[in-house]
Amino acid sequence: MNHILNLFNYWVFVLLLMIGFYAVIARDNLVKKLLGLSIFQAAVFLLFISMGKVSGGTAPIVLDGDWDAIFSNPLPQVLILTAIVVGISTLALGLAIVVRIKEAYGRISDVDAPERRSGPP
Amino acid sequence: MNLVPHLPALQVVLPLLVAPILVLLRDARLCWLAALATSVTGLCIAIAITGQVLDGETLRYAMGGWAEPHGIGLRVDELSTVLLLVVNGASTLALLGGRASLLEQVGEPRQNLLFAAWLLAVAGLSGILVSADAFNIFVFMEISSLASYILIAGGPSRRALPAVFKYLIAGTVGATFYLIGVGMVFMMTGTLNISDMELRLAEVGDTNVIIVAAGFITIGLALKAAVFPLHAWMPNAYAFSPHIVTAFIAACSTKVALYVLLRMDFFVFQKNLVNHEWQFAFVLMPLAAFGILFGSIAAVFEQNIKRALAFSSLAQIGYILLGASLITVAGFNAAVLHLFNHALAKGALFLAVAGIGMRFAHLRLDEVRGAGRRMPWTLTAFAVAGLSLVGIPGTAGFVSKWALILAVLDRGGLGVALLVLIIVSSLLAVVYVGRIVEALWFGEPAGKDQAVREAPPMMLVATWIAVAANLWFGLDASLPGELAGRAAEDFLRHLP
Repeated sequence: MNHILNLFNYWVFVLLLMIGFYAVIARDNLVKKLLGLSIFQAAVFLLFISMGKVSGGTAPIVLDGDWDAIFSNPLPQVLILTAIVVGISTLALGLAIVVRIKEAYGRISDVDAPERRSGPP
Repeated sequence: MNLVPHLPALQVVLPLLVAPILVLLRDARLCWLAALATSVTGLCIAIAITGQVLDGETLRYAMGGWAEPHGIGLRVDELSTVLLLVVNGASTLALLGGRASLLEQVGEPRQNLLFAAWLLAVAGLSGILVSADAFNIFVFMEISSLASYILIAGGPSRRALPAVFKYLIAGTVGATFYLIGVGMVFMMTGTLNISDMELRLAEVGDTNVIIVAAGFITIGLALKAAVFPLHAWMPNAYAFSPHIVTAFIAACSTKVALYVLLRMDFFVFQKNLVNHEWQFAFVLMPLAAFGILFGSIAAVFEQNIKRALAFSSLAQIGYILLGASLITVAGFNAAVLHLFNHALAKGALFLAVAGIGMRFAHLRLDEVRGAGRRMPWTLTAFAVAGLSLVGIPGTAGFVSKWALILAVLDRGGLGVALLVLIIVSSLLAVVYVGRIVEALWFGEPAGKDQAVREAPPMMLVATWIAVAANLWFGLDASLPGELAGRAAEDFLRHLP
């Protein structure tokens, strides 16, 4: 039991990762695929943030000249700040492509399937 | 001010700075000139760096003066320079010949955005190659991928859109897997610097976390590099993008992902995991072999010229991986040579295809029949580059295939089986290249080809420069040979 509680964040990471991955693989609707992709990436953000946490540690800011305070590792947080930006850009670009798919095909699911029958564009 | 020590940084910074300026320019011609000038400068920087690497040791650069491992470092060695030449050379040739084709396929109002995305892709790919930091590689990978998605979706074919969506999903999943792997290594070592990771992992030893991290990184990058069977995104993404974009992307993007795969595996994991060379070879060698067979067979039966060449790329990635998974100096040498030579051959082929694409709406074999009589220069270039892809003596393709065969033969019984595989797939290459050349030269024209004439002069110049490079490096392979040989020794030094 303790084993699960101590690693709670990492179990949530695995769960979110699989939920997101399942949506990416199993859904036909392109917007749902993108939502899955976002959950998938958010899971990785959680992994990084969890590993930087030091138990009992505060935010890595020097307060009142107290240089000896225990603080969490700021580096993973900075990395994830970058990764969040990357994730947002990917999501925005993906949604823009979905809009253009909707304009070109009139639908946002099963876009691949009927094409094999209809030959060249 | 002496710029020479800053060359590795300038390689990335220059296209990164010019890209947003291009967005502000309205004149399509000016945009093209600026992008071409940037790309040529990038190529000159790459050549200068190659000269320095050939002279002596690995180039290192500390961003902002903060020393590694605490600061962010750049590191350029032989393998990086080979690919820097490929990326900047492919970009330069494609831009040089591609103005008319891009105007036609993407439209004049969007030229500034197109070239901005192009330079971002160049900056991202160059950034991956010069970076010494695993997380920066992730960021540059995403910069180059996002820019490539934009480029691929820019063409007139609506089928590019589902293809690029698939690529976006596959690319993002691959990059996220890589990020998970890097996170796990970071968790165990507290560092992101690749050289530092290797040292600190020695203290951690062979633990499950590191094996899982190696798995995530290998699979994620194999997805990005379109290693069989993770290649599903590739054929359509290559086939339906603007022709000139295909020439650029096909020559370098999957190879840069392979570079990261080799860099992480050899520099970080080989020394620190027990028997990792066998884990590496057991996973990747069968995939490489199946990829070679499947790609060659699929290319033989494909009707669309660009899709056929895309499947051929799948087989060629298999050759590169096969060489690397032999885990011998000769094998790695052959892999690096093939990275370089395949980029030359495929780049030239796709440039010739772009020339054909300017005169025909569809690139299906039955529609371009007999085109060779109307555009002999383009089609001769296609045929010569095709010979290089097959590996006929006197062309660049032969040099690396011969090196691969020699490396494979060192492996005894397994080597004979692999030799048979290489010969079968080369014969299949003769079939699929021959089939296209035969249709183009000897087929009866489909009729309404009165408008068909030679490709524009700039396109011919770019195509023939690429073809000439194939012949030059086929006759005198000393430059790539020297770099590949030293890269192989450098990488194999990391074995336990």
